[in-house]
Amino acid sequence: MAPETSGELKLTVNGEMRRIAAGATIADLVESLGLNPQKVAVEHNAEIAPRSTLADVALADGDVLEIVHFVGGG
Amino acid sequence: MTDTPAATADTWTVAGRTFTSRLIVGTGKYKDFEQNAAAVEASGAEIVTVAVRRVNISDPKAPMLTDFIDPKKITYLPNTAGCFTADDAIRTLRLAREAGGWDLVKLEVLGEARTLYPDMRETLKACEVLAKEGFAPMVYCVDDPIAAKQLEEAGAVAIMPLGAPIGSGLGIQNKVTVRLIVEGANVPVLVDAGVGTASDAAVAMELGCDGVLMNTAIAEAKDPLRMARAMKLSVQAGRDAYLAGRMATRRYADPSSPLAGLI
Repeated sequence: MAPETSGELKLTVNGEMRRIAAGATIADLVESLGLNPQKVAVEHNAEIAPRSTLADVALADGDVLEIVHFVGGG
Repeated sequence: MTDTPAATADTWTVAGRTFTSRLIVGTGKYKDFEQNAAAVEASGAEIVTVAVRRVNISDPKAPMLTDFIDPKKITYLPNTAGCFTADDAIRTLRLAREAGGWDLVKLEVLGEARTLYPDMRETLKACEVLAKEGFAPMVYCVDDPIAAKQLEEAGAVAIMPLGAPIGSGLGIQNKVTVRLIVEGANVPVLVDAGVGTASDAAVAMELGCDGVLMNTAIAEAKDPLRMARAMKLSVQAGRDAYLAGRMATRRYADPSSPLAGLI
């Protein structure tokens, strides 16, 4: 692994390692992944991140996010 | 086909929401989203169960269930399938509420993978927490009238005993306990799991259940659309038979034609 580049955050998103520019919010991350924030729910470090606050919450290095949606099920 | 006025007026209500269809269908195991949507349509269901899973962030443009079954027209009932602890189920439903914006949910906490039998200790624990957080949990449970009462006390808005193990298609195994649950409940009772074919759904309804929830019986039929329609009709037939009040049984024959006037 390359040493930490300043200005970039390392995140775990749905179990995968992702990088994003420092200062990014949860909304920035969701959009950068090509997802519609209206169709997903986000858990940020094991806490629900309400949709209305996604643009206000800044990400920090090492944050763990789960992004879920509805799929077929019984 | 037109319904009789009596049948049209026969609605049921869960957590303040009123529905006409007494059939709830799952959205798993279908060949594709098109077939799934067509089966929902054919079943006449107004509620579908859905699961909550990670978005595939490597393929965010993959088709989504919500593109095929409109949550504005059909009530999505998020489930906790695959959860084996109260904490996992609660976490899943908190996310579901955030994803969907509604609090009517299906709680199921499983005890083991082989039988998918509910773990009632964890289920009760989760039900209490969810009710306190403002959720309206419809709860998958064992076919045990005592457990059903305990769930109701814990805030369950519907009791959903299994008829047989999930996905088994074995039909209603214990009609006595299902009837006892129906008689003791002050909230709707729906058989959830075990229905294999149309007559099984009719049996559940004839026992006085408010509805039936199924997935595999439709999804794994050779013709899912036709089975969806069969289930719609059998749920209606079973409901009507229950309301009509069946005849008493006799030990021996009783002729239907008059004995008088025989030549």
